[in-house]
Amino acid sequence: MAATTPADTKLVAQRFPTTPRASRARHILGYWRHPIAQALLKAFLTVFVTTTITFFLIRLMPGNPIDIKIDELTKDGAMSYDEARAQAASLFSIDLDKPVFEQYLSFVGNLAHGNIGYSFISQGTPVMAIVLAVLPWTLFSVGTGLLLSFSIGVFLGLFAAYNRNTKIDHILSLGGSIISAVPNYFIALLIVIVLGVELRWVPITQMRGATSPGMQPGFTLAFVGDVLFHAALPISVFFLATLGHWILGMKSATINALEEDYVNAARARGLSDGRIMTAYVGRNAVLPLVTQLAITAGLAIGGSILIEQYFVYQGVGLRLQAAVTQRDYPVMQGILLMVTLSVVIANLAADLLYSKLDPRIGRAGGATGT
Amino acid sequence: MTAAALPRRGDRTLPRPLESAIEFLRLLSKRPSGLIGFIGILFFLTLAFVAPLFVPNQESGDVTQLYETPSLQHLLGTDNAGRDVLNQIVQGGKEIMSVALITAFLTTLVATVLGSISALIGGRFDAALVAIADILLTVPPLIVLIVISALARPTNFLALALVLSLLGWAGLMRQVRAQVLTLKERDYVEAARSLDLGLIHIVFREILPNMRSYIVIHFVLAMTGAIYAQVALIILGLVPFSGKNWALMLYFAQTQGAFYFKDAFWFVFSPILAIILLQLSLVLFVNALEDIFNPRLRSS
Repeated sequence: MAATTPADTKLVAQRFPTTPRASRARHILGYWRHPIAQALLKAFLTVFVTTTITFFLIRLMPGNPIDIKIDELTKDGAMSYDEARAQAASLFSIDLDKPVFEQYLSFVGNLAHGNIGYSFISQGTPVMAIVLAVLPWTLFSVGTGLLLSFSIGVFLGLFAAYNRNTKIDHILSLGGSIISAVPNYFIALLIVIVLGVELRWVPITQMRGATSPGMQPGFTLAFVGDVLFHAALPISVFFLATLGHWILGMKSATINALEEDYVNAARARGLSDGRIMTAYVGRNAVLPLVTQLAITAGLAIGGSILIEQYFVYQGVGLRLQAAVTQRDYPVMQGILLMVTLSVVIANLAADLLYSKLDPRIGRAGGATGT
Repeated sequence: MTAAALPRRGDRTLPRPLESAIEFLRLLSKRPSGLIGFIGILFFLTLAFVAPLFVPNQESGDVTQLYETPSLQHLLGTDNAGRDVLNQIVQGGKEIMSVALITAFLTTLVATVLGSISALIGGRFDAALVAIADILLTVPPLIVLIVISALARPTNFLALALVLSLLGWAGLMRQVRAQVLTLKERDYVEAARSLDLGLIHIVFREILPNMRSYIVIHFVLAMTGAIYAQVALIILGLVPFSGKNWALMLYFAQTQGAFYFKDAFWFVFSPILAIILLQLSLVLFVNALEDIFNPRLRSS
């Protein structure tokens, strides 16, 4: 320690803080800088901000649902304004005389207890029950379609990059472009009008719904088969609509990775082509695509509002469409909250998967703790 | 302007834009799919903005000819009120194209300005903007658009473009920011800074001209996004438009139950085909642009 320069003492002072309180603060700060903690914080912020914005949007817009309900109740003169106001307020379980900000606080308080209110139209039904009845179907169809298209698309993209400028590459690239240009809801609509109505190859009326009527849920072969039969069309649409994106993305990522120095180094070391393709090129090329999975899931869920309508598949999209036409604002808000939550969780999973696939991230996270 | 008479450093001789346009077309002609996309875009621009001037708008149909299949008289058949479908296709592109162009312009402008300022100022302002962009990128865009449209009820195409732009800027803003972060280390930006030329000058004269290709690509991509979103909103009946519009045709087809009516096939299929071909032209063109501007991907 005799030969320390002023810069060194500064460094030492930072590493070993003198008071225990400072040490604890630094410890906590260290955790906050960890990528996983940051991802969690970001996820929480996203859900919080979206919920807050929709809350105020709904209440500050002209013609808010409370006024609409009051209008509706007083229109035929059956009820006085005050009665109607009281009933509308009870339906929304909020006090109308409170300032919007206090209403917001009580809303957040309810939210913290897992209570996201009651449906406006189906009176007395908790929004949570409505959302939980439809969300699994959408997550199942979007998730299955997306995982299928990701694994097949990544493989095809890698294949196209390794066979660059051959006929198969041109077919895959052009096909990928064409299919990614078609809006996902039009794929669904084309299946209905071409395969269903015009050619009658697909029994679209039998495939409606999430399950056949009278089907008992359980882990039986009949039930699983029935679920897959009804989900087949939405899954195919989500699969086709995202396939082109993965093919094109993986192809260009692979082409970039093939020119990296470490690939040349691996070749020079005499590693087999198969090992270079999987461990060096493929692994590095697929990394940026993993982070896009969650964004793509968000896009697919957005498209599901029309896709589920065309197939009459009882998921989030179909329910949201009903809530929008009935102006059932609590259900709209609840669905938006749960969908955001699902996408945020998918994002988190992608972040974790990313740090698992890319050891540099984990190491960097450990290093920032100091 | 006297600038033409006094050529400064960096000023170009007059035929240069023409020259680069010819060079661009030459590069494009080597990519057949890109050329097809370019021609497709020109075709749809003509169809949307020029053709309606020459084709009379047919308001009422012939009630004796409901859901006619294609014939010489009606090349794409007729709709539920006996109106000619081809006539509606000709008239119905203007609004879609206008919304797409305005939205693309607004999102590109907002994203480029915010992205470059964010990167140059840095600090808390930068962190806050990136956080907002991250949040916008996480929330499913169409779902939020549906909620906003249900509340805001955009009644004209300018309002719809504004609503669409509200959510569209985040992705491009992050990419512009990343680009500017690398560009700002370049010598010429450092030089401009040391000369104290000001933020506005640095953004508009030093950095943005170097991102032209990038901005053009994202302008076209923003158009595809705007078309995707507005068509969905109109089909859902959330945008109370009236008049002729491809997406509106599909909305009416749906309310009439025409999807499940075999004779109405061309009535439903024509607007779908028009929108898909428009999107395809934009995507093929943008792929060719990326290919031209990014030499690493350029086919050897």
